[in-house]
Amino acid sequence: MEPQRLAGVFVELADTLVEKFDIVDFLQMLTERAVELLEADAAGLMLADERGDLCLMASTLERMRLLELFELQISEGPCRECFDTGAQVTNVNLAAAYDRWPTFTIAAVDAGFQSTHALPMRLRGQTIGSLNLFTDRQVELSEDDIAVGQAMADIATIGIVHERVSQEQSLLSEQLQTALHSRVVIEQAKGVLAARSNVSMGEAFRSMRAHARRNRLTLSAVAQGVIDGTARVDDLVGS
Amino acid sequence: MTSARVARILSEVADRSATQGALPQRLVMACVDSVPVSGAGIVLMSASGPADVAAVTDGPARVMEELQFTLGEGPGVECSRSGRPVLEPDLTSGGSRRWPAFASGALQAGVCAMFALPLRVGAIRLGVLDLYRNVPGALSTAELAEALSFADAATVILLTLQSQADPDHDDVVGIGMHLIEDRAQVHQATGFIAERADVSMTDALTLLRARAYASDCLVTDLARDVLSGVVQLTQDENRQIGS
Repeated sequence: MEPQRLAGVFVELADTLVEKFDIVDFLQMLTERAVELLEADAAGLMLADERGDLCLMASTLERMRLLELFELQISEGPCRECFDTGAQVTNVNLAAAYDRWPTFTIAAVDAGFQSTHALPMRLRGQTIGSLNLFTDRQVELSEDDIAVGQAMADIATIGIVHERVSQEQSLLSEQLQTALHSRVVIEQAKGVLAARSNVSMGEAFRSMRAHARRNRLTLSAVAQGVIDGTARVDDLVGS
Repeated sequence: MTSARVARILSEVADRSATQGALPQRLVMACVDSVPVSGAGIVLMSASGPADVAAVTDGPARVMEELQFTLGEGPGVECSRSGRPVLEPDLTSGGSRRWPAFASGALQAGVCAMFALPLRVGAIRLGVLDLYRNVPGALSTAELAEALSFADAATVILLTLQSQADPDHDDVVGIGMHLIEDRAQVHQATGFIAERADVSMTDALTLLRARAYASDCLVTDLARDVLSGVVQLTQDENRQIGS
Protein backbone atom coordinates (compact mmCIF):
# COMPACT_ATOMS: atom_id res chain seq x y z
CA MET A 1 0.00 0.00 0.00
CA GLU A 2 1.42 3.34 -1.01
CA PRO A 3 1.63 5.73 1.94
CA GLN A 4 0.61 8.64 -0.31
CA ARG A 5 -2.49 6.88 -1.53
CA LEU A 6 -3.37 5.93 2.04
CA ALA A 7 -2.97 9.51 3.21
CA GLY A 8 -5.03 10.71 0.25
CA VAL A 9 -7.95 8.46 1.12
CA PHE A 10 -8.01 9.51 4.75
CA VAL A 11 -7.83 13.17 3.78
CA GLU A 12 -10.76 12.62 1.43
CA LEU A 13 -12.80 10.85 4.13
CA ALA A 14 -12.02 13.56 6.68
CA ASP A 15 -13.01 16.25 4.16
CA THR A 16 -16.34 14.55 3.62
CA LEU A 17 -17.02 14.61 7.34
CA VAL A 18 -16.68 18.39 7.55
CA GLU A 19 -18.29 19.23 4.18
CA LYS A 20 -21.93 18.80 3.29
CA PHE A 21 -22.50 15.32 4.54
CA ASP A 22 -24.63 12.48 3.22
CA ILE A 23 -24.47 9.20 5.06
CA VAL A 24 -25.28 6.91 2.12
CA ASP A 25 -22.83 8.62 -0.20
CA PHE A 26 -20.18 8.57 2.51
CA LEU A 27 -20.51 4.85 3.21
CA GLN A 28 -20.55 4.05 -0.50
CA MET A 29 -17.35 6.02 -1.03
CA LEU A 30 -15.78 4.34 1.98
CA THR A 31 -16.44 0.85 0.60
CA GLU A 32 -15.00 1.86 -2.78
CA ARG A 33 -11.84 3.20 -1.17
CA ALA A 34 -11.54 0.06 0.95
CA VAL A 35 -11.52 -2.00 -2.26
CA GLU A 36 -8.76 0.18 -3.70
CA LEU A 37 -6.55 0.33 -0.63
CA LEU A 38 -6.80 -3.30 0.38
CA GLU A 39 -6.78 -4.70 -3.14
CA ALA A 40 -10.08 -6.44 -2.65
CA ASP A 41 -12.55 -7.19 -5.41
CA ALA A 42 -15.61 -6.16 -3.49
CA ALA A 43 -16.57 -4.47 -0.26
CA GLY A 44 -19.84 -4.01 1.56
CA LEU A 45 -21.08 -2.43 4.71
CA MET A 46 -23.82 -3.72 6.97
CA LEU A 47 -25.54 -1.85 9.76
CA ALA A 48 -27.66 -3.20 12.55
CA ASP A 49 -30.50 -1.45 14.23
CA GLU A 50 -31.07 -1.57 17.97
CA ARG A 51 -32.81 -4.92 17.60
CA GLY A 52 -29.84 -6.59 15.95
CA ASP A 53 -31.33 -6.80 12.46
CA LEU A 54 -28.59 -6.29 9.90
CA CYS A 55 -29.23 -4.26 6.75
CA LEU A 56 -26.95 -3.75 3.78
CA MET A 57 -26.04 -0.06 3.51
CA ALA A 58 -23.44 -0.07 0.74
CA SER A 59 -21.78 -2.48 -1.64
CA THR A 60 -19.45 -2.12 -4.59
CA LEU A 61 -20.36 -5.11 -6.74
CA GLU A 62 -23.67 -6.70 -7.71
CA ARG A 63 -22.64 -10.33 -7.19
CA MET A 64 -21.38 -9.41 -3.76
CA ARG A 65 -24.58 -7.52 -2.93
CA LEU A 66 -26.61 -10.63 -3.74
CA LEU A 67 -24.30 -12.77 -1.66
CA GLU A 68 -24.64 -10.41 1.30
CA LEU A 69 -28.41 -10.38 1.03
CA PHE A 70 -28.27 -14.17 1.04
CA GLU A 71 -26.04 -14.06 4.09
CA LEU A 72 -28.62 -11.89 5.87
CA GLN A 73 -31.35 -14.39 5.04
CA ILE A 74 -29.50 -17.46 6.25
CA SER A 75 -27.90 -15.64 9.21
CA GLU A 76 -24.57 -17.30 8.59
CA GLY A 77 -21.25 -16.02 7.24
CA PRO A 78 -18.38 -13.65 7.96
CA CYS A 79 -20.42 -10.46 8.47
CA ARG A 80 -22.92 -12.16 10.75
CA GLU A 81 -20.11 -13.78 12.75
CA CYS A 82 -18.19 -10.52 12.99
CA PHE A 83 -21.32 -8.71 14.14
CA ASP A 84 -22.32 -11.37 16.67
CA THR A 85 -18.86 -11.74 18.22
CA GLY A 86 -17.62 -8.17 17.74
CA ALA A 87 -14.28 -9.64 16.65
CA GLN A 88 -12.36 -9.29 13.40
CA VAL A 89 -12.78 -12.11 10.90
CA THR A 90 -9.71 -11.99 8.70
CA ASN A 91 -7.93 -13.99 6.03
CA VAL A 92 -10.56 -16.67 5.69
CA ASN A 93 -9.80 -19.03 2.84
CA LEU A 94 -13.26 -19.94 1.62
CA ALA A 95 -12.11 -23.27 0.23
CA ALA A 96 -11.49 -24.30 3.83
CA ALA A 97 -14.57 -22.65 5.37
CA TYR A 98 -17.23 -25.27 4.59
CA ASP A 99 -17.37 -26.42 8.20
CA ARG A 100 -17.51 -22.89 9.57
CA TRP A 101 -20.34 -21.60 7.34
CA PRO A 102 -21.71 -24.55 5.34
CA THR A 103 -24.45 -22.79 3.36
CA PHE A 104 -22.77 -19.42 2.98
CA THR A 105 -19.48 -20.85 1.72
CA ILE A 106 -21.15 -22.72 -1.15
CA ALA A 107 -22.84 -19.50 -2.26
CA ALA A 108 -19.67 -17.42 -1.85
CA VAL A 109 -17.51 -19.80 -3.90
CA ASP A 110 -20.33 -19.95 -6.44
CA ALA A 111 -20.21 -16.16 -6.69
CA GLY A 112 -16.51 -16.40 -7.56
CA PHE A 113 -14.89 -15.42 -4.27
CA GLN A 114 -11.95 -17.16 -2.60
CA SER A 115 -11.16 -15.05 0.46
CA THR A 116 -13.13 -12.89 2.83
CA HIS A 117 -12.62 -10.53 5.76
CA ALA A 118 -15.06 -8.76 8.06
CA LEU A 119 -14.17 -5.89 10.39
CA PRO A 120 -16.48 -4.79 13.19
CA MET A 121 -17.90 -1.28 13.44
CA ARG A 122 -17.58 -0.67 17.16
CA LEU A 123 -18.94 2.09 19.32
CA ARG A 124 -18.57 2.31 23.08
CA GLY A 125 -18.46 -1.43 23.59
CA GLN A 126 -21.27 -2.14 21.15
CA THR A 127 -21.01 -3.55 17.62
CA ILE A 128 -23.22 -1.62 15.20
CA GLY A 129 -22.24 -3.23 11.91
CA SER A 130 -19.37 -4.58 9.86
CA LEU A 131 -17.21 -3.74 6.89
CA ASN A 132 -16.79 -6.75 4.64
CA LEU A 133 -14.25 -7.53 1.96
CA PHE A 134 -14.16 -10.26 -0.66
CA THR A 135 -11.43 -11.21 -3.10
CA ASP A 136 -11.54 -13.37 -6.23
CA ARG A 137 -8.08 -14.78 -5.56
CA GLN A 138 -6.82 -16.10 -2.29
CA VAL A 139 -5.27 -13.11 -0.54
CA GLU A 140 -3.53 -12.72 2.81
CA LEU A 141 -3.89 -9.30 4.39
CA SER A 142 -0.89 -8.20 6.44
CA GLU A 143 -1.29 -6.84 9.95
CA ASP A 144 -0.87 -3.34 8.54
CA ASP A 145 -3.59 -3.97 5.96
CA ILE A 146 -5.93 -5.18 8.67
CA ALA A 147 -5.19 -2.10 10.77
CA VAL A 148 -6.07 0.12 7.81
CA GLY A 149 -9.27 -1.86 7.21
CA GLN A 150 -10.21 -1.53 10.87
CA ALA A 151 -9.52 2.21 10.75
CA MET A 152 -11.91 2.47 7.81
CA ALA A 153 -14.58 0.56 9.74
CA ASP A 154 -14.03 2.97 12.64
CA ILE A 155 -14.39 5.97 10.33
CA ALA A 156 -17.66 4.50 9.06
CA THR A 157 -18.83 4.39 12.68
CA ILE A 158 -17.80 8.01 13.18
CA GLY A 159 -19.76 8.90 10.05
CA ILE A 160 -22.94 7.35 11.44
CA VAL A 161 -22.62 9.13 14.77
CA HIS A 162 -21.53 12.36 13.11
CA GLU A 163 -24.64 12.42 10.94
CA ARG A 164 -26.58 13.66 13.87
CA VAL A 165 -25.44 16.85 15.54
CA SER A 166 -28.22 18.04 17.72
CA GLN A 167 -29.15 19.49 21.04
CA GLU A 168 -31.89 16.96 21.67
CA GLN A 169 -31.78 13.48 23.12
CA SER A 170 -29.94 11.56 20.47
CA LEU A 171 -29.61 7.81 20.50
CA LEU A 172 -27.80 5.42 18.27
CA SER A 173 -30.97 3.56 17.30
CA GLU A 174 -32.43 6.82 16.04
CA GLN A 175 -29.33 7.58 13.97
CA LEU A 176 -29.30 4.09 12.51
CA GLN A 177 -32.98 4.21 11.63
CA THR A 178 -32.57 7.51 9.85
CA ALA A 179 -29.53 6.24 7.94
CA LEU A 180 -31.43 3.15 6.82
CA HIS A 181 -34.36 5.25 5.58
CA SER A 182 -31.93 7.43 3.62
CA ARG A 183 -30.84 4.28 1.83
CA VAL A 184 -34.46 3.36 1.03
CA VAL A 185 -35.11 6.82 -0.48
CA ILE A 186 -32.15 6.31 -2.79
CA GLU A 187 -33.41 2.88 -3.90
CA GLN A 188 -36.83 4.38 -4.63
CA ALA A 189 -35.25 7.20 -6.64
CA LYS A 190 -33.16 4.68 -8.62
CA GLY A 191 -36.42 2.99 -9.60
CA VAL A 192 -38.00 6.28 -10.71
CA LEU A 193 -34.95 7.20 -12.76
CA ALA A 194 -34.67 3.75 -14.33
CA ALA A 195 -38.31 3.95 -15.45
CA ARG A 196 -38.00 7.53 -16.68
CA SER A 197 -34.80 7.18 -18.68
CA ASN A 198 -34.45 3.47 -19.36
CA VAL A 199 -31.17 3.13 -17.53
CA SER A 200 -29.93 0.35 -15.26
CA MET A 201 -30.04 0.69 -11.47
CA GLY A 202 -26.26 1.07 -11.45
CA GLU A 203 -26.37 3.90 -14.00
CA ALA A 204 -29.22 5.55 -12.12
CA PHE A 205 -27.13 5.55 -8.95
CA ARG A 206 -23.99 6.82 -10.67
CA SER A 207 -25.82 9.64 -12.43
CA MET A 208 -27.48 10.83 -9.20
CA ARG A 209 -24.15 10.76 -7.49
CA ALA A 210 -22.36 12.63 -10.27
CA HIS A 211 -25.14 15.22 -10.27
CA ALA A 212 -24.79 15.62 -6.50
CA ARG A 213 -21.04 16.15 -6.83
CA ARG A 214 -21.32 18.65 -9.68
CA ASN A 215 -23.88 20.74 -7.88
CA ARG A 216 -22.57 20.34 -4.35
CA LEU A 217 -25.76 18.70 -3.20
CA THR A 218 -26.17 15.70 -0.96
CA LEU A 219 -27.06 12.41 -2.61
CA SER A 220 -30.22 12.22 -0.49
CA ALA A 221 -31.33 15.66 -1.66
CA VAL A 222 -30.87 14.62 -5.29
CA ALA A 223 -32.78 11.36 -4.70
CA GLN A 224 -35.64 13.27 -3.08
CA GLY A 225 -35.59 15.70 -6.02
CA VAL A 226 -35.91 12.79 -8.46
CA ILE A 227 -38.93 11.47 -6.56
CA ASP A 228 -40.58 14.90 -6.29
CA GLY A 229 -39.85 15.63 -9.94
CA THR A 230 -37.83 18.71 -9.10
CA ALA A 231 -34.49 17.34 -10.29
CA ARG A 232 -34.10 17.59 -14.06
CA VAL A 233 -33.52 14.24 -15.67
CA ASP A 234 -31.56 15.67 -18.58
CA ASP A 235 -29.07 16.98 -16.08
CA LEU A 236 -28.94 13.66 -14.33
CA VAL A 237 -28.62 11.16 -17.14
CA GLY A 238 -25.96 12.25 -19.59
CA SER A 239 -27.87 13.36 -22.67
CA MET B 1 -35.99 -2.96 9.35
CA THR B 2 -38.24 -5.86 9.96
CA SER B 3 -37.86 -7.85 13.07
CA ALA B 4 -39.40 -10.63 15.06
CA ARG B 5 -40.59 -8.05 17.55
CA VAL B 6 -42.56 -6.12 14.89
CA ALA B 7 -44.14 -9.37 13.70
CA ARG B 8 -45.18 -10.22 17.23
CA ILE B 9 -46.69 -6.78 17.82
CA LEU B 10 -48.68 -7.06 14.59
CA SER B 11 -49.85 -10.53 15.45
CA GLU B 12 -51.09 -9.43 18.87
CA VAL B 13 -52.71 -6.25 17.62
CA ALA B 14 -54.42 -8.03 14.72
CA ASP B 15 -55.87 -10.76 16.93
CA ARG B 16 -59.56 -9.86 17.04
CA SER B 17 -60.40 -12.43 19.68
CA ALA B 18 -58.13 -10.63 22.13
CA THR B 19 -58.70 -6.94 21.36
CA GLN B 20 -61.48 -4.60 20.25
CA GLY B 21 -61.60 -1.61 17.95
CA ALA B 22 -59.88 -0.54 14.74
CA LEU B 23 -56.29 -1.60 14.11
CA PRO B 24 -54.59 1.79 14.71
CA GLN B 25 -56.56 2.16 17.95
CA ARG B 26 -55.49 -1.28 19.15
CA LEU B 27 -51.91 -0.47 18.26
CA VAL B 28 -51.71 2.73 20.33
CA MET B 29 -53.28 0.93 23.29
CA ALA B 30 -50.77 -1.92 23.04
CA CYS B 31 -47.96 0.62 22.72
CA VAL B 32 -48.88 2.36 25.97
CA ASP B 33 -48.84 -1.03 27.69
CA SER B 34 -45.32 -1.87 26.45
CA VAL B 35 -43.53 1.48 26.46
CA PRO B 36 -43.41 3.60 29.64
CA VAL B 37 -45.50 6.48 28.30
CA SER B 38 -48.87 7.75 29.45
CA GLY B 39 -50.47 8.31 26.06
CA ALA B 40 -50.03 7.74 22.34
CA GLY B 41 -51.53 8.90 19.06
CA ILE B 42 -51.17 8.13 15.36
CA VAL B 43 -51.50 11.17 13.10
CA LEU B 44 -51.71 11.06 9.33
CA MET B 45 -49.64 13.78 7.76
CA SER B 46 -49.87 15.61 4.47
CA ALA B 47 -47.25 17.84 2.91
CA SER B 48 -48.82 20.87 4.60
CA GLY B 49 -48.96 19.38 8.10
CA PRO B 50 -51.20 17.25 10.33
CA ALA B 51 -54.14 15.97 8.29
CA ASP B 52 -56.10 13.53 10.39
CA VAL B 53 -55.93 11.68 13.69
CA ALA B 54 -56.02 7.92 13.07
CA ALA B 55 -56.03 6.88 16.72
CA VAL B 56 -55.45 8.25 20.21
CA THR B 57 -55.46 6.74 23.67
CA ASP B 58 -57.69 8.11 26.41
CA GLY B 59 -56.51 11.15 28.35
CA PRO B 60 -54.64 14.17 27.02
CA ALA B 61 -53.50 12.52 23.75
CA ARG B 62 -56.41 13.98 21.76
CA VAL B 63 -55.81 17.44 23.21
CA MET B 64 -52.16 17.17 22.20
CA GLU B 65 -52.99 16.25 18.62
CA GLU B 66 -55.49 19.09 18.41
CA LEU B 67 -52.89 21.49 19.77
CA GLN B 68 -50.40 20.54 17.10
CA PHE B 69 -53.09 20.68 14.42
CA THR B 70 -54.21 24.14 15.48
CA LEU B 71 -50.78 25.65 16.07
CA GLY B 72 -48.98 23.88 13.24
CA GLU B 73 -46.04 23.28 15.55
CA GLY B 74 -44.78 20.66 17.98
CA PRO B 75 -42.59 17.55 17.97
CA GLY B 76 -44.98 15.59 15.72
CA VAL B 77 -45.08 18.34 13.11
CA GLU B 78 -41.30 18.66 13.16
CA CYS B 79 -40.89 14.89 12.97
CA SER B 80 -43.18 14.71 9.96
CA ARG B 81 -41.29 17.50 8.22
CA SER B 82 -37.80 16.11 8.84
CA GLY B 83 -38.63 12.40 8.64
CA ARG B 84 -36.59 11.70 11.76
CA PRO B 85 -37.53 11.04 15.36
CA VAL B 86 -37.98 14.11 17.54
CA LEU B 87 -37.38 13.32 21.19
CA GLU B 88 -38.20 15.94 23.81
CA PRO B 89 -37.72 14.57 27.33
CA ASP B 90 -38.59 17.85 29.04
CA LEU B 91 -41.11 20.30 27.65
CA THR B 92 -40.48 22.80 30.45
CA SER B 93 -36.92 23.51 29.29
CA GLY B 94 -35.79 22.72 25.73
CA GLY B 95 -39.29 22.17 24.40
CA SER B 96 -40.59 25.54 25.53
CA ARG B 97 -37.90 27.30 23.52
CA ARG B 98 -38.51 25.26 20.38
CA TRP B 99 -42.30 25.36 20.39
CA PRO B 100 -43.39 28.06 22.88
CA ALA B 101 -47.14 27.93 22.20
CA PHE B 102 -47.29 24.16 21.95
CA ALA B 103 -45.20 23.57 25.08
CA SER B 104 -47.36 25.83 27.20
CA GLY B 105 -50.54 24.06 26.03
CA ALA B 106 -48.97 20.66 26.60
CA LEU B 107 -47.90 21.48 30.14
CA GLN B 108 -51.40 22.73 30.87
CA ALA B 109 -52.75 19.38 29.69
CA GLY B 110 -50.34 17.65 32.05
CA VAL B 111 -47.86 16.42 29.42
CA CYS B 112 -44.19 16.90 30.34
CA ALA B 113 -42.30 14.88 27.71
CA MET B 114 -43.04 13.91 24.13
CA PHE B 115 -41.46 11.58 21.58
CA ALA B 116 -42.50 11.66 17.93
CA LEU B 117 -41.50 8.83 15.60
CA PRO B 118 -41.91 8.98 11.81
CA LEU B 119 -44.09 6.40 10.04
CA ARG B 120 -42.29 6.11 6.73
CA VAL B 121 -40.79 3.84 4.12
CA GLY B 122 -38.03 5.95 2.61
CA ALA B 123 -39.72 8.76 0.66
CA ILE B 124 -43.19 7.50 1.56
CA ARG B 125 -44.26 9.56 4.55
CA LEU B 126 -47.48 8.38 6.11
CA GLY B 127 -47.62 10.07 9.47
CA VAL B 128 -46.26 10.12 12.98
CA LEU B 129 -46.54 8.05 16.13
CA ASP B 130 -46.67 10.52 19.02
CA LEU B 131 -45.88 9.31 22.52
CA TYR B 132 -46.62 11.39 25.64
CA ARG B 133 -45.43 11.25 29.18
CA ASN B 134 -46.92 12.94 32.23
CA VAL B 135 -43.51 13.14 33.90
CA PRO B 136 -40.30 14.50 32.38
CA GLY B 137 -37.58 12.05 31.41
CA ALA B 138 -35.92 10.43 28.41
CA LEU B 139 -36.61 6.96 27.04
CA SER B 140 -33.80 4.49 27.58
CA THR B 141 -32.17 2.83 24.59
CA ALA B 142 -34.23 -0.33 25.06
CA GLU B 143 -37.44 1.66 25.50
CA LEU B 144 -36.79 3.65 22.35
CA ALA B 145 -36.06 0.44 20.42
CA GLU B 146 -39.41 -0.90 21.59
CA ALA B 147 -41.13 2.35 20.57
CA LEU B 148 -39.48 2.14 17.12
CA SER B 149 -40.85 -1.40 16.74
CA PHE B 150 -44.34 -0.03 17.40
CA ALA B 151 -43.70 2.69 14.80
CA ASP B 152 -42.75 0.01 12.24
CA ALA B 153 -45.88 -1.95 13.12
CA ALA B 154 -48.00 1.22 12.75
CA THR B 155 -46.44 1.81 9.31
CA VAL B 156 -47.45 -1.68 8.20
CA ILE B 157 -50.99 -1.13 9.47
CA LEU B 158 -51.41 2.21 7.72
CA LEU B 159 -50.12 0.77 4.43
CA THR B 160 -52.38 -2.27 4.75
CA LEU B 161 -55.38 -0.01 5.40
CA GLN B 162 -54.62 1.87 2.16
CA SER B 163 -55.65 -1.11 0.08
CA GLN B 164 -58.07 -2.94 2.35
CA ALA B 165 -60.57 -1.19 4.57
CA ASP B 166 -60.91 -4.15 6.90
CA PRO B 167 -57.92 -6.45 6.64
CA ASP B 168 -57.99 -9.69 8.58
CA HIS B 169 -55.29 -11.04 10.85
CA ASP B 170 -53.33 -12.89 8.18
CA ASP B 171 -53.29 -9.89 5.84
CA VAL B 172 -51.66 -7.70 8.44
CA VAL B 173 -49.21 -10.23 9.76
CA GLY B 174 -48.37 -12.12 6.57
CA ILE B 175 -48.19 -9.72 3.68
CA GLY B 176 -47.82 -6.65 5.82
CA MET B 177 -44.37 -7.64 6.97
CA HIS B 178 -42.96 -7.66 3.47
CA LEU B 179 -43.60 -3.96 3.21
CA ILE B 180 -40.93 -2.73 5.50
CA GLU B 181 -38.38 -5.42 4.94
CA ASP B 182 -35.16 -3.92 3.80
CA ARG B 183 -35.27 -5.23 0.27
CA ALA B 184 -33.69 -2.91 -2.26
CA GLN B 185 -35.67 -4.28 -5.20
CA VAL B 186 -39.03 -3.62 -3.56
CA HIS B 187 -38.05 0.02 -3.08
CA GLN B 188 -36.67 0.28 -6.62
CA ALA B 189 -39.87 -1.26 -8.02
CA THR B 190 -41.93 1.24 -6.01
CA GLY B 191 -40.13 4.11 -7.72
CA PHE B 192 -40.36 2.36 -11.08
CA ILE B 193 -44.14 1.88 -10.82
CA ALA B 194 -44.71 5.42 -9.53
CA GLU B 195 -43.03 6.76 -12.66
CA ARG B 196 -44.55 4.36 -15.22
CA ALA B 197 -48.10 4.35 -13.84
CA ASP B 198 -47.95 8.03 -12.87
CA VAL B 199 -49.06 7.46 -9.30
CA SER B 200 -47.68 8.58 -5.93
CA MET B 201 -45.00 6.52 -4.20
CA THR B 202 -47.56 5.40 -1.61
CA ASP B 203 -49.98 4.25 -4.30
CA ALA B 204 -47.15 2.51 -6.16
CA LEU B 205 -46.27 0.46 -3.10
CA THR B 206 -49.96 -0.29 -2.47
CA LEU B 207 -50.31 -1.39 -6.10
CA LEU B 208 -47.29 -3.66 -5.89
CA ARG B 209 -48.46 -5.21 -2.66
CA ALA B 210 -52.08 -5.65 -3.77
CA ARG B 211 -50.97 -7.39 -6.96
CA ALA B 212 -48.64 -9.70 -5.03
CA TYR B 213 -51.48 -10.55 -2.68
CA ALA B 214 -53.97 -11.13 -5.52
CA SER B 215 -51.57 -13.40 -7.41
CA ASP B 216 -50.34 -15.14 -4.27
CA CYS B 217 -46.67 -14.42 -4.80
CA LEU B 218 -43.99 -12.72 -2.71
CA VAL B 219 -43.64 -8.96 -3.00
CA THR B 220 -39.91 -9.40 -3.57
CA ASP B 221 -40.48 -11.80 -6.48
CA LEU B 222 -43.04 -9.50 -8.07
CA ALA B 223 -40.69 -6.52 -7.63
CA ARG B 224 -38.02 -8.36 -9.59
CA ASP B 225 -40.49 -9.10 -12.40
CA VAL B 226 -41.59 -5.47 -12.52
CA LEU B 227 -37.99 -4.28 -12.82
CA SER B 228 -37.18 -6.78 -15.56
CA GLY B 229 -40.31 -5.75 -17.48
CA VAL B 230 -42.01 -9.14 -17.24
CA VAL B 231 -44.92 -7.63 -15.31
CA GLN B 232 -46.45 -4.20 -15.80
CA LEU B 233 -48.70 -2.57 -13.25
CA THR B 234 -51.12 0.20 -14.17
CA GLN B 235 -53.25 2.66 -12.28
CA ASP B 236 -56.47 1.00 -13.52
CA GLU B 237 -55.51 -2.17 -11.79
CA ASN B 238 -55.42 -0.31 -8.53
CA ARG B 239 -59.01 0.82 -9.03
CA GLN B 240 -60.12 -2.71 -9.79
CA ILE B 241 -58.51 -4.05 -6.69
CA GLY B 242 -59.71 -1.16 -4.60
CA SER B 243 -63.34 -1.53 -5.72
